[in-house]
Formats: sequence, structure tokens, C-alpha cells
Amino acid sequence: MTEQFEPVIVGFLCNWCSYRAADLAGTSRIKYAPNMRPIRVMCSGRVDPQFVLSALRNGADGVLIAGCHPGECHYVNGNIKALRRFTLMKDTLEQWGIEDDRVQLLWASASEGAKLAEAVNRMTEEVRALGPLRWSEKVLTGNGAAQPAVKEA
Amino acid sequence: MTENGKPKLAMYWASSCGGCEISVLNIHENILAVDEIFDLAFFPCIADFKVSDVEGYPDNYIDVCLFNGAIRNSENEHMAQLLRQKSKVMVAYGACSHVGSIPALSNLTSREATLKKVFLDNPSLDNPHEVLPQTSVHTPEGELTLPEFYHTVKKLDQVVDVDYYLPGCPPEPPQIWAVLQVVAGALTQGDPLPPAGSVVGAGNSAVCDECDRVKHEKAIDRFYRPYEIQPDPEQCLLEQGIMCMGLATRSGCGALCPTVGMGCRGCYGPPAGVEDQGAKMLSAVASVIAAGDETMEEDELETLIQEAVDTIADPSGTFYRFSMSHSILQRVKDANGKGAA
Amino acid sequence: MSEHKEHNHPQEKVGVYVCHCGSNIAGTINCGEVSEWAKDNPHVEVSRDYEFMCASTGQELIEKDIQEKGLTRVVVASCSPHMHEKTFREATERGGLNPFLFEMANIREHGSWATNDKKAATQKAKALVNAAIDRVVHHQPLEKIPVEINPSTMVVGGGIAGITAALDLADAGHHVYLVEREGTIGGHMAQIDKTFPTLDCSACILTPKMVEAGQHDNITLLSYSEVEQVDGYIGNFQVKVRKKARCVVEEDCTSCGICEEKCPVQVIDEGYGAGLGHRKAIYRAFPQAVPGYPVLDKENCIYFQTGKCRACEKFCPTHAIDFDQEDEILNVDVGNIILATGYELFDARKIPQYGYGRLENVFSSLEFERMINASGPTGGHVVLRDGKTEPESVAIIHCVGSRDKNYNEYCSKVCCMYSLKFAHLVHEHIPGAEVYNYYIDMRTPGKGYEEFYNRLLKEGTHFVRGKVASISEADYLPGEEGKLIIQSENTLLGKQQRKPVDMVILSAGMDPQPDAEEIGQLFKAGCGNDGFFSERHPKLAPVATMTDGIFIAGACQGPKDIPESVAQGGAAASAVAKLIGQGTVMMEPIRASVREEECSGCRICNTMCPYNAIEFDEEKEVSRVITALCQGCGTCVAACPSGVIDGAHFTNTQVLSEINGILWDVQTEHEKATA
Repeated sequence: MTEQFEPVIVGFLCNWCSYRAADLAGTSRIKYAPNMRPIRVMCSGRVDPQFVLSALRNGADGVLIAGCHPGECHYVNGNIKALRRFTLMKDTLEQWGIEDDRVQLLWASASEGAKLAEAVNRMTEEVRALGPLRWSEKVLTGNGAAQPAVKEA
Repeated sequence: MTENGKPKLAMYWASSCGGCEISVLNIHENILAVDEIFDLAFFPCIADFKVSDVEGYPDNYIDVCLFNGAIRNSENEHMAQLLRQKSKVMVAYGACSHVGSIPALSNLTSREATLKKVFLDNPSLDNPHEVLPQTSVHTPEGELTLPEFYHTVKKLDQVVDVDYYLPGCPPEPPQIWAVLQVVAGALTQGDPLPPAGSVVGAGNSAVCDECDRVKHEKAIDRFYRPYEIQPDPEQCLLEQGIMCMGLATRSGCGALCPTVGMGCRGCYGPPAGVEDQGAKMLSAVASVIAAGDETMEEDELETLIQEAVDTIADPSGTFYRFSMSHSILQRVKDANGKGAA
Repeated sequence: MSEHKEHNHPQEKVGVYVCHCGSNIAGTINCGEVSEWAKDNPHVEVSRDYEFMCASTGQELIEKDIQEKGLTRVVVASCSPHMHEKTFREATERGGLNPFLFEMANIREHGSWATNDKKAATQKAKALVNAAIDRVVHHQPLEKIPVEINPSTMVVGGGIAGITAALDLADAGHHVYLVEREGTIGGHMAQIDKTFPTLDCSACILTPKMVEAGQHDNITLLSYSEVEQVDGYIGNFQVKVRKKARCVVEEDCTSCGICEEKCPVQVIDEGYGAGLGHRKAIYRAFPQAVPGYPVLDKENCIYFQTGKCRACEKFCPTHAIDFDQEDEILNVDVGNIILATGYELFDARKIPQYGYGRLENVFSSLEFERMINASGPTGGHVVLRDGKTEPESVAIIHCVGSRDKNYNEYCSKVCCMYSLKFAHLVHEHIPGAEVYNYYIDMRTPGKGYEEFYNRLLKEGTHFVRGKVASISEADYLPGEEGKLIIQSENTLLGKQQRKPVDMVILSAGMDPQPDAEEIGQLFKAGCGNDGFFSERHPKLAPVATMTDGIFIAGACQGPKDIPESVAQGGAAASAVAKLIGQGTVMMEPIRASVREEECSGCRICNTMCPYNAIEFDEEKEVSRVITALCQGCGTCVAACPSGVIDGAHFTNTQVLSEINGILWDVQTEHEKATA
């Protein structure tokens, strides 16, 4: 019996809101999918698109960027810049064939532990349904495949 | 082959347009000095050399090899490996070998789609038997071979070790001449060379540093295709909504394109502090889009930002125009038609 | 094979410590397996697992290993950095290393507590530990940055919490700006008649404090003023305050009250009067107002509407009326800010079946407070809306708008107590009246509260345990004419019940102020799900917010009674006094800096900073970060297209290494080799 595919999702959580929301989910003993591996940044505005691409390149099946709700950013509007970059990045990634559900943006305030857990559960299933991305193995290898056959003249 | 002790120079073109060879000639009268200092060991563009000549050389026989062009097929790769073996110093000359350049835009599509488009699915073709090129065909006269056509276009250092990178599409004459002088000095007088792996013949900042247009704080409402507006000749192009890659492109060219009102396209590759030119450009451009602020409702904010972003016609083709091979993801996953313009 | 790398696999010696946290982590994660596995990482010199890393013995492990094994970096895999990053940084420092050469892996809150799947939790723990190791080797030693604290403080809101905070700080010798939006300080406590459980007269205990605050040498009272903008950071806030025009020249006004007397306009007093009674267009909210200067309500003033009247100006003996007075903008520099902006009474109009605003004799709790007050519009008499009829029966409805999924889910804490108080006062004012209290539970937790309740039980109030379904004028049974009909359940009898009464008082709950979110944004204090300001920690830091230098006190933090508001006012003052006493505060060295030699002058970063910490040098044509203003968000670092802005402690190399490390089990060998 084959094991179910467990997606690996890298999450960029902002120190003041979403990281604390994840802490709250844990403190409240809410059980949710362990597939999201958090990386702490001070603000969602710190998330460089290079981080997202690097995660996808190095084996992640999905990336979650989580910050404070607009208007609640600890640094006033870092999350607004994150949203702008995310919007353009999604349009770009669409051209690269990366499915919509693989890279997501979530707003979660420090008191929204349950919401974060639920979002991680949902995203895990969405990425599971898309299958592994495994960029290096699946997209970058196999350069010189056999030439297509010619029909007899 | 010459035995007179002059340093040996080679220049080879893989998947390229030939512009880099012309750029060497573009150093004008300095070409005579080049002829004086160097002996040509292999330069198929301008003189009659054969691959078998190179195969016959001892290893490291060639002092400097200027390799331009991207790695599109197995012949390109074979020649890169051969020349690497036979050369002391391998220079990735020009944007194709440095970062992939225009040939690497093919990474927005697939091998299958490309061959189909060129040989099968084309109104000007007459190919009723759907013949596709083969790597090997036997004819009564013998075997004919063609190189293998790769799915992914690579830059030079993805197939061999590279000593120096000389960016540009093509590199600029003063830069070329400066680099040749440094190399000549090292070979003939023992002058020190820059550390291996360096980018030479370029600046250590971004194109904005060399651009004379006036720059203000940026707040861009929307973007325009270059034909849509007449830009102000004094003001920064990006601020006027014309996409200009200058801010995410290594300096060294003198900002030639923005000076004449054409947005930089990024041919010198990323600045020193950046790994993925396209990603950094997208981050910078998105950051200064003026749509929305923190007082708005989430839905309204998302709509406004999306509207502004939608005025950028082809993000990947624009931001990764020259650097597909050099980027983090290197090629698209599916040729979904949204990649190729 | 990129051309630019900050470091190339530095040779560091990392010590890894995997904490069991008793069974909190070890119950789900195989800590021994993780610490053993960590040894495979080439950077790791020593790897241990231990029961309680935060205990002194755990910390000593770190110190000892640094000294004896020559460790250059430390990783602790345990709880959230918000719990113990400080603890372990200090242990690292005591061991002899710079405290920033430390990184934590959160395997408890994000690991063992969040899943029951032991295999997955252990796998995730390995990923987080590996990420921390790969990141920490790129950490640089950093020094905290000292910031001076301006000893002046701003208290926003002049209710009892704000007044307490202001007086405590002023008495300690520090200057306070007390900003109040209304014409007078006092807040809701000034509207109350008697306070539970002692039945003290509210004004009697409040007004001396108000006077003291108004006269204190160390308090600058900015009444009828609002904060418009806040810039800066802890120790150095620049606040813009709009002093609204009263149309009264304060230096000349003697508070004689003649203007108020002569003003021909009467409007319903929606503010202090809670909608009961009237006031003039030029008015003081109540006689003991501090400051005593009246406020001219331009919307209802005949002069401002039509150009006529000007009676107040005519009769003012000191010519203190100035119709042309303009708002004044004041720029105030303070070191800390305390928000004590209070609450708003839940608007019972939101519950149409209770008839508030439609049925005459349904009153809100604050309206009733004004009614029973001897100096109120009815002279302290409990009368119906007609102003003269004494009710024979009064119903008091608990939990209006509270403990209700349709309105506020939370309990407003004070309503049971004040409902009991009302019951007592009705009996006192109208002996023989029938009083009915409709309640869900009786919440009387404070000192003397249960005793008060017991006293009430002997006064003859009828207690009905049940929610009221409706209050109506459906008086169709004989004897009910003109009365209000209460339809309710009686859970103790297990029946529905119908009761005719003359008057209904709705004990409405406490709502956050309607503009709490905007105010929060102004001061960078977030609001929770219920709309009240969020405290930094629900147990251990109830008056601090996530923003250093911004504190909260009183009902704006959540429903509470007067003793708790006073306690929080004092607590906030104490927190501020602590900072002032320290004189300087050490800020985290998480800052951005521009590598100017490489900056191209593109100016993308110039609009990235909400603290205006980025300036452009016109001469050199480069951008620069002003370290003292930078708060370390990293937005400019991500925006810079040439990668020349470094974000200390969150550099690209550090984060990219962390990403690499976290993907240990899905990376290919090729990627691992070229990372």
C-alpha cells in the first residue's frame, strides 16, 4: 500500500501576528496538519520573492506567506507591500506553470490561532491534491530526452 | 597552430546571434593590438578553423577562450567541454553564456512545443509526412548526425567551470578592450588577475547609477507599453510607467538604452548582490505600485492592486528576458501557453 | 554557482540542545532521535537532549559547552522564541558568546502541541532544527542599540483609568499630557450616581481626583482635544494633537455659567445625559467639569447656523466668547503613551424586540444613572418618561447585548452588579415598588460583591432566571393597560412567563469605542476579535501592547469595573515610570543598512519606510538608512532591486540557508551540494 503523499509547505510567518497565531494554535492544543514548516520573519514585508522561489526550487510543494490584516501591521504597512509583491508574483508564477494553490497569502492576527490552523489544513489538502512539485527532480532533470520518431516517408 | 610563443586566443559561438563576435571587432583600431598580442587558436567566425584542430591541441594550450552563446544543444555542450579542457582561462563572454539571454527565453516553452511549431504546425511549411530532425540518419552515403536539441537552455557555467564573466548583449567595446588588456598584461607581464568567478568588464552597482535621468520617490499608478506614451526625456522611465530593468541590472554599459528613451532590458544580468534578477525586479516594481493603502477593506485593496498589476503585459518575459537560465527556477514547468508570449 | 555570496560555508561549531519540556515535547517528539540525528549536520560540534533547557541546569549546559567545547554558535530546540529567546540569549552571553549567535527552533508550539502524529512531529522537528543550524552559522555578533527615553508621557483619555495613570506619573515627578476628547475629564464614571458595592457617590470620589489632575503642576490638561498623528517609537514619539475650538477664551473665562443660562437653545443631552434631559448649545457637561470652561456646540448654535443671537457673547462679563476661535494643532514630544480611551455602552437599539428608542419607558442603564442622580434632569426621582409618574413596577434586564452570539459573546463583567445596585436604588426611592431582575447567572466576583448580592436578596426583589424574549405594548389582558409586557422564560420553573411592568431598565454591556480600530491604528495598538485593544500577554502583560512604549489601561482593554480600571491605570503608570527610571532602553539591533558604495540611487526604497528612516543623499545620489529610526521590518531589504540593503539578523543569506535547512528531506543531493 503506497503511503499518502505528504506535501511539504514552507511558511513565512511574521513575528507579530501570524507567528503568534501559530503559537496560540499550539498553546490551545489545536491539532492541525504538520505539513507547514514555519520560518520567522519580522514582517511579511520582509518576504523577498527570492525566498519563495528558493523554497520551490529546493523541494517545497507549496509556500505560505502569512501576515497581519491590512491596517494591523506592526510596522504600519509592510503587509501592503507584501500583498503587492504577492499579486505580481502570482501572475509571474502562473506563466511558469506553478498552480494557483501552491503559493498562498494569508492574513492572521495574533488572536486567530484557530483560523491559521484551519488555513494550514485547507492548504495542505489543496497542495496534496496537486501532487508533489519537487522542482529539481521533476522539472529540471531530463534535458536530452530521446528524439521523437519520424513517420516513414 | 603556431609555435611562436604568443598567447593563444579562442572565440567560439554556441547558441548565439553572432553579435558578440562583431562586438570584438567593434573595438575598432584596437583590434590591431589584439592581433599583435595574441595568436588565434580557434575563431571559426573569422578564420578557417576546424574542430579537429582543437581536438589536436594539448590541454590548456589555449590561454584565453571567449565563449559566447547559450547551451541549446549537445554540440554546444560538447564544444564547451572541449574548449574548457583545452583552455587555461574560460570566459563566459556576453549575456547568452553569462545568464542565458534571448535563447534562454525558450525555457518559457518546451522542446516538444518548439519542434512542433517549427516543423509541424506552421502555415508556411510543407511537411506532409511530419518529418522531425533526428540525431542520426543512415543514408546510402553514410550516417548523418545532428546535435540533440535540449529541452532546457543552459548558461555556460551550468555545463563547465567558468573563470570570468563578461556581461552584455553584446559587451560594450570599452569594457571588452579593458578586459583584454588585463588578460594580456597577466599573460605577458605576470600582472595579477581578478579572483576566479568574478564578473569583469562591468560595474558593481546597477544601471541607475550611470543613468542621467532625474529620479524621485516612486509611486507608480500603472504601466505602459513603450509605444503607448511619449516619455519625458529627463525623468526616470520607470516613474513614468515605462518598464525599465535598469534598477535590477548590473552597471557597466553606460545606461545606453535609457538615455535614448528605451527602457533597459537587463542584458548585463543581475547586480552583484542579487541571485534572481527577475524576482528582485518584480519585488521592487510591485513595492512601488501606488494602488491601495492600509486604511482600505481587504477586498477593495486586492482589486486595486490587481488592476495596477494587470497593466504589466508579460511579467516573466520582461523580468526574465535575459536571465532565464540564471534564475532560481530556470525553466517553466508546463508550456501552458502563458509563458511564451 | 552565483557570483555573490556573503559567506562560503563558514567553519562554525554549533551546539544543539533539544528540550523535552517534561512531556510537553517529549510526549510527541522523539527528542533523543532528533538530537542524535542533528550530529549528521557537518556544522554540529555537540548535540544533546535534556529535560528542561530553561531551568538553570539546562542553561548551564550551554554555558559549559561553549567554554569547554569551544562552541561558536548555539541552537535550542524547545518552545516559542516569544517564551525563551531572551533566556537562552542570556545563557549564550554568559557562556562567552555574543547573544545573537543563537537561534531557536520552535518544536513545541509549532510541533508537539500542534499534532498527535508522532512520526510527523519528529520529522518536522528535524526540519526545524536543521533550519536553525543552517541559519545560525551565518549569524553575526550584534550589539543592542541604546535609545533615550523622553520622560514626558501622554495619557489619552481622561476617565478614571487615565486620571489615575496621569496622577501616579505626575506625583512621581514626571510630566504628563492628559488628552481628552470631550470638554471635560471624568469619563463614564462621572455619569454614574452610586458605585457598587459600597454605594459611594461616584461624583464625590471622582471629582477630587479630577480637580487634582486639573491643577497638578506636572499635568498639562489638553481637553476638547484629539490625537491626529503619531510618529516615532518608544522613548521618542512625536504626537500631533488637535485642540478643538471651544469658542471660549480660556484665560478670560471664570466658569460663571451665565452664557449657559442665557443660551436660548435646548438640545437633548446625548453625551453626558445619555439621552435623558437637555443641555444648551454652549454648555458644561456637568457642574463639576474640569476644566470648567464651557464648549460651544457649533451644530446647534443659532449664531453658527443663522448668524443671529450671540447672547452668550453679549452677557459674558469677561468677554470670553470668541466665535472666530480656530482649532489649534499642537506638536507634543513624549517618550511613552498610555491609551485609556474607555468604552461605549452597547446600543440596545440593536435589539429591536426590547423596544429601546421606540417604547417610551424602556431606559438604558446610563439613562437610569442620570435619572437617579440628584443633580440629574429629574432631580433624582425615579419617574417615567413623562417626567412625573412614579412607576409601581420596574424590570431590570441583565445581559443586554452580552453573552449573546448575535451581539457580543463576552460577559461585560459589571452589569450584574449594577443591576443589583439599580434594584436596591429603586426600592430606596420607591418603597413598595415591585422590582424584577431578569438574569442568566449572577456574577458577583469582586470584594464585597457577593455580600452585596446577599443583602439584595433580603430586599424583596423578584429574581427571574431567564432570557427576555420581548418587551412590548401588547397589553391585552385586564389590569395591564398602559404597561409594558415582558415575555420571558423562567428556567427554574421550567415555564414561559408574562409580566406587565411600568418601567424597564436595560442593563446593556460594554462595547469597545466605535473608533477603537482607527485609534488603534494611529497608535499601532492592535484590537482583538472583540474590538478591545490587545494586550501583549493575557496573563503576564495586561497593560502593555505589542508596540514598545504604547500601553493600555481600563475599559479600552476589556470590560471591567472601577477598581480594576484604577489598578490598570496604576499598572500602566508603573510600567512607564520603570522606563523613565531606566533612562535608556536597549533596542533590538535588527536594523537595515545600505551598502552605499554599491547603491545605484534608484530610490525604490525611499517610500518603503513608515518611519521615514530612509533618506536620499542628493549629492552622493545614494539612499541611506537612519539607524535610530529603523524598526527592523525588512521591507526595504526585500524591495531593493540590487540587493544592497542588508537586514541585520534577517539577512538574505541567513533566511535562504534556513529555507535550505528546512527542506532537508525533500532536497536533492545536487541541491544540497550546491546550496
